[in-house]
Amino acid sequence: MMRRAILGLIGAAAFAAPALAQDLSYETIERGRALVTAGDCVACHTPAGAKPFSGGRAVETPFGDILAPNITPDRATGIGAWSDEEFVRALQQGIGRDGEHLFPALPYTAYSKVARGDLIAMRAYLATVEPVNNAVEPNQLPFPFNMRFLQVFWKALFFTPGEYRPDPEKPAEWNRGAYLVEGLGHCASCHTAKNVLGGDKAAMEGGALQNWLAPNLTADARVGIGAWSEEELVEYLKTGHTARSAASGPMAEVVEFQTSKMPDADLKAMAVYLKDIAAAPAAKATPLAADRPVMKAGAAIYADNCSACHVGKGEGVPRLFPALAGSAVVQSDDATTLLRMVLQGSRSVATDGAPTAPAMPAFDWKLTDAQIAAVVTYARNAWGNAAGAVDAGAVKRMREALKD
Amino acid sequence: MARKLPATDVVIVGLGWTGSLLAEELTAAGLDVVAIERGPWRDTSTDYPTTIDQDELRFGIRLDLFLRPAQETFTFRNNLNQSALPIRQFGSFLPGNGVGGAGVHWNGQTWRFAATDYKLRSHLTERYGAKFLPEDMTIEDWGVSYDELEPFFDRFERIAGISGKAGNIKGEKIDGGNIFEDPRQRDYPLPPLESSYAMTLFDAAAKGLGHHPFPRPGANASRAYTNPLGVAMGPCTYCGFCERFGCGNYSKGTPQTAVLPVLMRRANFEARTLCEVLHVNKDASGKRATGVTYVDAHGEEFEQPADIVLLCAYGLHNVRLLLLSGIGQPYDPATGQGTVGRNYAYQSSSGARLFFDDKRFNPFIGTGVLGQSMDDFNGDNFDHAPHGFVGGAGISCASTHGRPIAASGTRAPGAGRWGMSWKSQVASTYQNTTGISGQGSVYSYRDCYLDLDPTYKDRFGRPLMRMTFDWHDNERKMTNFIAERCTEIAKAMNPKTLQTNRLSEHYSVVPYQSTHNTGGATMGENPKTSVVNKYLQSWDVHNVFVVGASAFQHNAGYNPTGTVGALALWAADAIKTRYLKTPGPLVQA
Repeated sequence: MMRRAILGLIGAAAFAAPALAQDLSYETIERGRALVTAGDCVACHTPAGAKPFSGGRAVETPFGDILAPNITPDRATGIGAWSDEEFVRALQQGIGRDGEHLFPALPYTAYSKVARGDLIAMRAYLATVEPVNNAVEPNQLPFPFNMRFLQVFWKALFFTPGEYRPDPEKPAEWNRGAYLVEGLGHCASCHTAKNVLGGDKAAMEGGALQNWLAPNLTADARVGIGAWSEEELVEYLKTGHTARSAASGPMAEVVEFQTSKMPDADLKAMAVYLKDIAAAPAAKATPLAADRPVMKAGAAIYADNCSACHVGKGEGVPRLFPALAGSAVVQSDDATTLLRMVLQGSRSVATDGAPTAPAMPAFDWKLTDAQIAAVVTYARNAWGNAAGAVDAGAVKRMREALKD
Repeated sequence: MARKLPATDVVIVGLGWTGSLLAEELTAAGLDVVAIERGPWRDTSTDYPTTIDQDELRFGIRLDLFLRPAQETFTFRNNLNQSALPIRQFGSFLPGNGVGGAGVHWNGQTWRFAATDYKLRSHLTERYGAKFLPEDMTIEDWGVSYDELEPFFDRFERIAGISGKAGNIKGEKIDGGNIFEDPRQRDYPLPPLESSYAMTLFDAAAKGLGHHPFPRPGANASRAYTNPLGVAMGPCTYCGFCERFGCGNYSKGTPQTAVLPVLMRRANFEARTLCEVLHVNKDASGKRATGVTYVDAHGEEFEQPADIVLLCAYGLHNVRLLLLSGIGQPYDPATGQGTVGRNYAYQSSSGARLFFDDKRFNPFIGTGVLGQSMDDFNGDNFDHAPHGFVGGAGISCASTHGRPIAASGTRAPGAGRWGMSWKSQVASTYQNTTGISGQGSVYSYRDCYLDLDPTYKDRFGRPLMRMTFDWHDNERKMTNFIAERCTEIAKAMNPKTLQTNRLSEHYSVVPYQSTHNTGGATMGENPKTSVVNKYLQSWDVHNVFVVGASAFQHNAGYNPTGTVGALALWAADAIKTRYLKTPGPLVQA
């Protein structure tokens, strides 16, 4: 494997004139490796079990699947023959090597903010990975979404190109955090809801995708991260587990491949920036009365099925079983994650800092739609929580959605 | 013909407690380790999540997690004059199967064998004279001391998350703990579990008789806990589905909840499940192992070469693998020559069952460990001179479970075995009965041993292992004595009626008694009376270590896992700090 990687490097140097300009110093390549990690490129560009960055993993969008391309230095099927300029243009402007418009499944709306020097370093690192011959046709979209020229209009509506400009009023740490969160980290790709055309709605107020809810990251105390400290956010990003929460689903992958491998200083910077995102004004939520029949039924179901792990008052067990009391996932208006957790269960992430990786078992075979609706409604309105009731129809729809 | 695989540094046979502890230590030291496990992969949330882990019929009665006789069984006879027959349904003891081994479905009771246990022959001889011991009793010193093992007991208790109360920290006796225990460097990592009502009654009665009861220690987490490896456990819910069950709450110390999450992240570790080791291979000299041969689930045979072979299967299976591999000389009871299979031992139980008409014990509140114990009559904690026997028992009043199928087997005195008479008392008996039990030592004898069966073979054509065992007079006297002590305490608890339970005339493999089978690959100072040296290293083949209760020279009145865990960590330390530097015999014979 090592030999092939070296041969690939020699090949790139010998035959690709533009690549000769690359800075192949140890420092640049290592910086590029760290930036590629911070960008979580591996998440989309490496299907499970495949060689790193060899492409082919489906990125699910509301419009259909887009396969992430091969970004290894293979000249025929990867990006080995690309010039640095072409690489930078793809990431900053969403324009492919042949001038075609790329789909925003590649989060160029975020990567546009990444400094050119950083992109060149990423390119330098990607030139050192093993070249893999794997031809991928990214465009799997149905008509008319597969028409790339339509992206011109999309870009006109939803894309503001330009590298990140530091805010001179803010400290360097805040700016570093903003650069990572808004740029390479591309947190908004999931945590900002999309409109029907796939453009951003209100920033960082949470978004649903792939039957998960990426929660609100604003300062809202009930459904956002207003109650989290910077230290908690750093612990979460580094280990995937805190006293109140656990990373699961798509966020488990983010922690596993991206944030747990980032330097502590960068995580701290991200936390500082995230904690500074103001919440939208929210109407005061009032909990359902405890004597409602659905709440009584939910309490009984909770005692029998949930309290063993999440404990009597929803306080959970630190770094093992997430707390339900005060949980944003539990109280979000959109109960997607909560319902899928109960129906299908989920394994939390394992990291060096928190290797246990406990999992929630599935209850889809054990509880009816009405029972799940009751217990979820109870959890959303007990122990100081407040959120709208969930009806059995919503559970049924989620059951159907999860069958796909 | 076996396909030969690339060599590894260490091959481990069996991925239960000992296998995972050794794998963790040795991979951390940088060695490449392959563990070969006969049973399936097992994982808390996949195989026994809270949604199913309390299925008594599936796990408690149909024994879902256990070894099936079709995989491997033993033949049994009570004495040398009988022909042994295969055990076709496990009864008296239940070997585990799969990753985690019996560590998945144990109760969690975690004890340290006493300091006198490791030097039992010399200690008893010194205190009572050589003639006090029965002539055919073949107990030996173990070659290791309690002081040597203490740091490893401590480490195991930290890893497994043991709840308990110390009774002796560095020689200072502590009220409410076990004042008979040998000095420990510090208290248990977790406080004891909450007491049940039955325990409080026992505690008062035992104290009234001048005894020293204390909460039983074990691997049911009384609080949330993160162990030294960084693995997190949840607090026990007292559901009472421990023994025979996996714990879906991450509350029971098991390889899954304590070691495997860390181990499985290591690139230099690999587990191969559903693969059964047939034998250990040796080189031409016969003094060095070259690896193991195993068969996978498809019947394909592989040879796994390795520099070090660790036998970490259940103790009985370790002994059989030695016999099948021709490592060490098989024991012959006629001549007393040979060592492999020597000093097989078991445990004896006796006690009292109490029936009340004015108490409700709520037995559904329980844990595998929950109980009040006393060591006043355990080991050599009391003067045996007037009694004419050696050994003893830990005496406990336990609240391990109130599982409906199992509990309905307890009948009040005079109740019928079926019909209305039976039915009418089930509900009341469920609530108003409790028990006091003695878990007694069984010392080793010349005619209690393990060897290969001359007749019966397994599915691979290998001879089954034959067990030859029965109670001896010393144990009968000891358990009678313990039954009397239990009955005295029971009377002080003032039940309406009570039954005294004594040892059966002969040992039977049918009713469940204990899965604390010990010996057969014993440790010691002398290669003529032991299979492995004090570091659990084979006297005959220096790169084979045999880890488990198979190393016990006798069985004490304690559950064995704490001592097994300490011995595993002690052996790991010897391999890391001694064997790797100079591979060869660590003790000169």
